Amino acid sequence: MSEFLQMLGFAFVRRALVAGVAIAIGCGLLGVFLVLRRQAMMGDGLAHFAFGAVGLALLLGCAPLALALPLTALASLAIFLLPERAGPYADAAIGMISALGVAAGVLMASLGGGFNVDLFSFLFGDILAVNPGETALAAALAVGVVALVFVARSEWLAITYDETAARVAGIRPTRWRRLLAVLTALVVVLGIRLVGTMLVSSLLIFPAVTALQERRSFRGVLATAPVFGALSVVGGVGLAVAFDLPAGATIVLWNAVFLACSLARRSFRRRPA
Amino acid sequence: MNPIETHVLSVAYDVEPAVARLTWVVRGGEFWAVVGPNGSGKTTLLKAVLGLLPARGGEVRLFGVPPAKFHEWRRIGYLPQFGGAPFARFPASVREIVALGRMAVHRFPRLLGREDWRAVEAALDLFGLAGLADRPVGELSGGQTQRMLLARTVVNQPELLLLDEPHAALDPASRESFYELLCDWRQRRGTTIVMITHDSASAGRYADHMLYLDRTAVFQGTFEEFCRDPEMGRRFGPYAQHAICHRHGPARETAR
Repeated sequence: MSEFLQMLGFAFVRRALVAGVAIAIGCGLLGVFLVLRRQAMMGDGLAHFAFGAVGLALLLGCAPLALALPLTALASLAIFLLPERAGPYADAAIGMISALGVAAGVLMASLGGGFNVDLFSFLFGDILAVNPGETALAAALAVGVVALVFVARSEWLAITYDETAARVAGIRPTRWRRLLAVLTALVVVLGIRLVGTMLVSSLLIFPAVTALQERRSFRGVLATAPVFGALSVVGGVGLAVAFDLPAGATIVLWNAVFLACSLARRSFRRRPA
Repeated sequence: MNPIETHVLSVAYDVEPAVARLTWVVRGGEFWAVVGPNGSGKTTLLKAVLGLLPARGGEVRLFGVPPAKFHEWRRIGYLPQFGGAPFARFPASVREIVALGRMAVHRFPRLLGREDWRAVEAALDLFGLAGLADRPVGELSGGQTQRMLLARTVVNQPELLLLDEPHAALDPASRESFYELLCDWRQRRGTTIVMITHDSASAGRYADHMLYLDRTAVFQGTFEEFCRDPEMGRRFGPYAQHAICHRHGPARETAR
């Protein structure tokens, strides 16, 4: 503990915690909607696509996030638009976008003369290398997501529960679906800086699933999921700093521990006396 | 302004029309039962009326306005055919789902106030759900879920109720009390009701108009006209037609 407090003296650790907690809060909230809409793998698909976009940015010599953010946002819209145009195949759309992203990443790496350190840092994440600009962006995004979810929590619940009834209440689900897609893309792109392409979807899925075990109301789940995400980041960064471990992996492990505890607690409560 | 008017309305999912050239007028305060075989276009018709499906031809007016330009959704209560939780452990309480009905009252941001929550509690009471208000929706039985969705549908005290097989999950006793409730609601508020049902006998007992749909209107009119219609006698069989018409008279008197 004292080592961890000592580490807080370093600016890069503080930045890692601020950026990590901010992204965990955003992912925790959006993950609830994705899990409930059975689109949990969207984060995975977008992360793979973002990997390709980062590869393209590195090949072109421009800032990775400057290209990855808009391209991944467009890809997220495609994931929603494809089923609207071609039939109800949301999972197929995620799979196609995901494959396209990985293919693009591998192609860009090949054209660029092989995988370099920068591309690897996006593949596996490097939360301790987050710069002040990325930290500020993550914090601003988290504030935006929290505000939108808080103000429009009834709209989100309505379209998640029953889109048809929501439309007859005057809500336009398409707008909200697209907003969800773009926000997910933004948190995913920032998230891959922290935990990497391979692990970022865990920030969306684990906290939401854990919160669904713990709370029975929609508000309760929305309030709880970001807390689990944030605690995982703090615990993960703490472990990584204390034992010189990769932070992305320790964050995911903390998420898994919370879920396992929650499932165990649930099954213990159900057991007859 | 009539709640619903369609003029040679056609709706199609693909090439074949699901509803063809239907002209139909629902006047204020009427109670219509929409019947017909499976796949005859009943649900499609309601969706087209609400603008959830585009018209391939003809036109629809909802309180005199095309659905695409209609904004007074608080005047309408719609119960879809399959409106339950998307899956068993959906994290929402009965109160939260009933409160969604109040969304139509507000514009963004649709934050509910004291008056909204009073209306929610009243709707919960009306459908005997007060004791279940905090229960997760996944823990309700089929009948309780249906009552919750009905409470959500009427929580705005709408002028027009569109119900798509509202009693599918109700047992006979609950079904009877549902109809009584509906008739009482209509009598006190003058609500216009359009109800899709396969339960022609009960429909005959409580509704006063019938639309028999088989892609287009095979019959539309009052129940008295229905009872004299030879085509309906052929479709339902003379015995069933008689049974529907026989139940129609006395029950309506009681309901009123």
